[in-house]
This record gives sequence, structure tokens and C-alpha cells, in this order.
Amino acid sequence: MSDMHASSTASAAGQKLQFWMKEDHHPANGTLLGFWIYLMSDCLIFACLFATYGVLGRSYAGGPSGADLFELPLVAINTTMLLLSSITYGFAVLEMQKNQKGTMMAWLIITGLFGAAFLGIELYEFAHLIHEGAGPQRSAFLSSFFTLVGTHGLHVTFGIIWLVTLLFQVGKHGLTPANKRRIMCLSMFWHFLDVVWIGVFTFVYLMGVLQ
Amino acid sequence: MSTHVDSHDHHDDHAHHEDDAPHSTLKGYMTGFFLAVVLTAIPFWLVMGKVIPNAQTLAVVLLVFGAIQIVVHMIYFLHMDTKSQGGWNMLALIFTLVLVVITLSGSIWVMYHLNANMMPGMSHDMSQQVKNLP
Repeated sequence: MSDMHASSTASAAGQKLQFWMKEDHHPANGTLLGFWIYLMSDCLIFACLFATYGVLGRSYAGGPSGADLFELPLVAINTTMLLLSSITYGFAVLEMQKNQKGTMMAWLIITGLFGAAFLGIELYEFAHLIHEGAGPQRSAFLSSFFTLVGTHGLHVTFGIIWLVTLLFQVGKHGLTPANKRRIMCLSMFWHFLDVVWIGVFTFVYLMGVLQ
Repeated sequence: MSTHVDSHDHHDDHAHHEDDAPHSTLKGYMTGFFLAVVLTAIPFWLVMGKVIPNAQTLAVVLLVFGAIQIVVHMIYFLHMDTKSQGGWNMLALIFTLVLVVITLSGSIWVMYHLNANMMPGMSHDMSQQVKNLP
């Protein structure tokens, strides 16, 4: 409807009269909407994992509880890393809007480094837990904990892989419309992971140490 | 839509100008970051400093802070509003939130009652004793 109207308006402006659409009508930026719907499906995966943790999170099977295991200073550092990576990604998007390729890539690299630091700390924590005999096979609580936090970590891993790929693409082809679209998609992905992490540190870590 | 009268004529030329992608601002990001830092620091302080002795009250406070921070991130980092993508973003989000609430509350509610019915006395007070088993 709106395109018919648009065409007739265009004809009034002196262009050739058109009563058909030259191409399929689609939203101006369908990719972002599609990617948002993917993120929402991802959100459902995390909802299921949170529900699993909510059900099993107090089933210690005589093993260690969250209060015994979680080191909150470490979690606070981890949260800081992810939050900083979020704001540096925001700076990258701002530079992208100004078409500053070099500084944009610099901010992306900093974002990737913060992400890598987050992953490193998380892997250290996992290794520490497994070394203490509190691996995923110890109790239902630890199974659901490793599944939830591990899935989030896996997402961050893939986000970093995507980020590195994007760096090479931007380096080779510059800030083309396609690359800008990809940067915006990764932006949503990255900020979404930070949103999930809010749920993790609130629901798993902070509430886990309460007795 | 009517403002982009000729957008479909040379769509590829300036797809990045007339898109619905949110235009981010430094002020928006900094506001979001500041709020996020505050909303992260307070819950950690509450738990690590043992400010609220009652665990249940503290749990509710933590959940409220978490929910507020998620909204802050949605608005300032993910640029959610009712107008982006013609409202479809918001519609998908609301639909997802409904499913998330059903999944979370349903699972916890059903499993809590299942536990209560299957194992008498196996509630929170009992789990304390289980923890102390060898």
C-alpha cells in the first residue's frame, strides 16, 4: 500500500508513472530485525538454562554449595570486563557512524581483548572448580551451573571469532554498507551477551552465595 | 515510510542513510554505562558487605536491581524503543518475555511442588541438612 502511494507521489514529482513494485517490499533494514529475532530465540535457550538452574541450583547432593565455591571478587572483575567491552563496542559503533575506519578497528580490538580477558578469567574459574573436585559431574547444581555459564562463555567465544573475522573484512573492504550492517549485528549480539550476564551474576553468583 | 518516497528506486545507493538502524550517541552510551556501573556495584556491595542480613529480602533486592539493569542495557546499548523496525522489535521482545516468564516461573513452580509432594520435608530447610552430610 505504502509503496503504491510512494510511486504515485513520485510521479507527481515528475518521474515515470509506476503502478507496480520494482522489487519485493521489505523493511528498510530487514537484517537487523531478523537478527533481533535470532537473539530472541537465543534468549529462550538461556531462559531454559536459567529455569534448569533455578530448579536444580540447590540440589548439592552433599557436595559444595555456591557459598563454598564462588569467589565474588573474581566474578566482579569478570563483570567489569564484560561491561567495559560493552562500552568500548559502543565507541566502535560511534566511530563507524563517523566513518573513522582506523579508530573503529582500534575500539573493536580493545573490545575483543576485554572479551578475551573475560573468557580467560572464566576458564580459570572453571579449571579451578574442576581441580577442586567440583566439576559438572559432582552434583545437579554444578551440572546446571556449568551448562548455563558455559553456554554463555561459548557465545562470547563465537562473538570474539566473529569480531576477528569482521576486523579482517573491514580491513580489506573498508566500511561498506554490508560491513556496517555486520558491525551493527555483532553490536546487538555483544550487548545481548552482556544482558544475559546480568542474569548470570545476579541469579547464579550473587544469589548463589546467599544461604 | 512516506518520508522515504523514492527509497526503493535507488535502494542500494544509500541503504545506510535511510535505514531504521538507531543512531547512537556518545551521551546515550555514557549514560547507559554510568547507570550499568552503579546498578552492578550496588548488588555486589550488598552481598559482599553483608549489608542486608535477611537473605530473602536481599534476594528480592538483587532481582530488582538485575531487572532494572537489563532494562537500562536494552534502552541504552541495544537501543530498544517502540518505534525501531516499525515496532516489530518490540513485538518480538514482548512475545519472548512472555515465553521467558512462562518457562521460568512454570518450571520453578512445578518442580517446587513436585519436590514437595515427592519428598516430604525436602524443602529449603532440609537442603541445609543435606549439605552437611558427608
